[in-house]
Amino acid sequence: MTTAPVVQAAGRLAPLHVRGELLAARRVGAYHHLTLAAPGIPARFRPGTFVALSVGETHLARRAFWIHQVKPMGGYGATIQIVVAPVGVGTRWLADLGVGATLEVTGPLGRPFALPKEPVSCVLIGEEYAAAPLFPLAERLRERGCRVSMVVAGRDEAHLLSTLEAKRSARSVTVVTRDGSIGHKGEVADVVADVLRREEAAVVYGVGTVPSLHAVAAAAEEHGAWSQTAIEQPLTCATGLCHGCAVPVVGEDGAPRLARACADGPVFRGDRVRWNEVAT
Amino acid sequence: MTVAGPPNVELAGLTLVGPVLTAAGCGGTGRELAAYGPLDRLGAFVTRSISLNARPGGALPRIVETPSGLVHATGLPNPGIDQFLATELPWLLQEGARVIVSIVGSSLGEYAELARRLGRAPGVSAIEVNLSSPDAMGSGFFDVREPFHAAGAVSAVQRDLPRGVPVLAKLRPDVLRVVETARTVLDAGAAAVVVGNALPAALPDGRPAGLSGPAVRPLSLRCVTEVRGALPDAQIVGAGGISTTDDARSFLAAGAVAVQIGTALLHDPTSAARIAAELAVDAAHDQERISS
Repeated sequence: MTTAPVVQAAGRLAPLHVRGELLAARRVGAYHHLTLAAPGIPARFRPGTFVALSVGETHLARRAFWIHQVKPMGGYGATIQIVVAPVGVGTRWLADLGVGATLEVTGPLGRPFALPKEPVSCVLIGEEYAAAPLFPLAERLRERGCRVSMVVAGRDEAHLLSTLEAKRSARSVTVVTRDGSIGHKGEVADVVADVLRREEAAVVYGVGTVPSLHAVAAAAEEHGAWSQTAIEQPLTCATGLCHGCAVPVVGEDGAPRLARACADGPVFRGDRVRWNEVAT
Repeated sequence: MTVAGPPNVELAGLTLVGPVLTAAGCGGTGRELAAYGPLDRLGAFVTRSISLNARPGGALPRIVETPSGLVHATGLPNPGIDQFLATELPWLLQEGARVIVSIVGSSLGEYAELARRLGRAPGVSAIEVNLSSPDAMGSGFFDVREPFHAAGAVSAVQRDLPRGVPVLAKLRPDVLRVVETARTVLDAGAAAVVVGNALPAALPDGRPAGLSGPAVRPLSLRCVTEVRGALPDAQIVGAGGISTTDDARSFLAAGAVAVQIGTALLHDPTSAARIAAELAVDAAHDQERISS
């Protein structure tokens, strides 16, 4: 492989810090899908970017969420949709917010997924709520004529984002659950190599837990595909200011260094991450 | 009617466009912060603490939340002085920022060497000596526990700097020791004191860390009050949990000539710009009152 088939989207626009409004909240399985008015942010969105939300005045760390969808909603213009898993104090606070509540929104943040120059075969692999950015990514890839296949994985059916929507977005969808409640029983690592081979993948996109992303990056390497992995880390500022979210990578010069998940990522080339050293 | 421009602030012999500075370690390299407001509207941009050699930073988790505060042990990651001077400083100057370089050393010799290299760099407005890293021992920094340690570091920097580059000393907001430390570093040649930094704390796993944010603000304010009371001629920069314009006003009222915004930037990256703009309105009103 001599030339990279993926190109970084040029000319990222600066993020905005705005007062947002919760327009709609919908419970789907284990998750809450929140629709937010966040003026200016939808127009700057690229798949793989995220927003940071404030969850009250006494919780200083921001909470980061993948932008799942950008769509118009009557009277508000474009809105963003995020997927919240209510597992901690901040995410429960968000899940309990009433429609009409206002909150501080910063975004879109981070380096988005790089897109292929050629209409190649792409496999998109997402775990649980973290599959959120893959749906708009699938749309962009199809616009470029790419063949898109998806793998959606989770502990059980309630922790999968819509498989129906996945089927609309992709030519083929592989469903994997740890308890076998739907689709294949097992983990991402169990199916990734087969899917890459079957789809003759040139580019693999992954978002989820570190062990799964490690498996995705390793399988891509083995198969001779390029991988783009989006790493989730607890963030404090989410804007690149605090240096709290170090990800061990190999620089372009081959030297090991620590990158920031929020500002240098969240999307990294899978072959540039030192997976055994990533905090989990 | 003529509208007064933003009233200037005199700090350590520098003329700044306003009293709002960033706090070391909370403004990234400057580029990240500039997305949310032009850096030239701030009194100064204080860099993260720069050491002689590059530091990768410490183990994760580096920062955890506590009510109204953050507990942090980043290990002061930075590219080292040479890389900073080559890549980060020119960009900041090009943006029109007044740059105060925060420095941290593991020995007096390192502080002196940092001062020599910074003294040769054009465009550095001042140097802030970080004398209050909350986990200095754990991170291998020169440990400043006693006032004479602090004075030693200030002297070491001062000796190797050209005239006209003032030294600010950033002190721990320790109410019992802050006056004595402030007096000592001012005697050693510091042009101003920054009161204060994070308080020594621990991460949940027991690692040494610092506590910052609104949780420490009343303590910092008390320290500013104490230093002002004991040393009426001292120039004080107030820092510690300042999140709103009212917070800044209370530090200025207590005798600080300027304030630093730190943790608030991590919660709202527009906070320093907003506080600066609101204080500029205050100051313009004051000027109007004086001239009418």
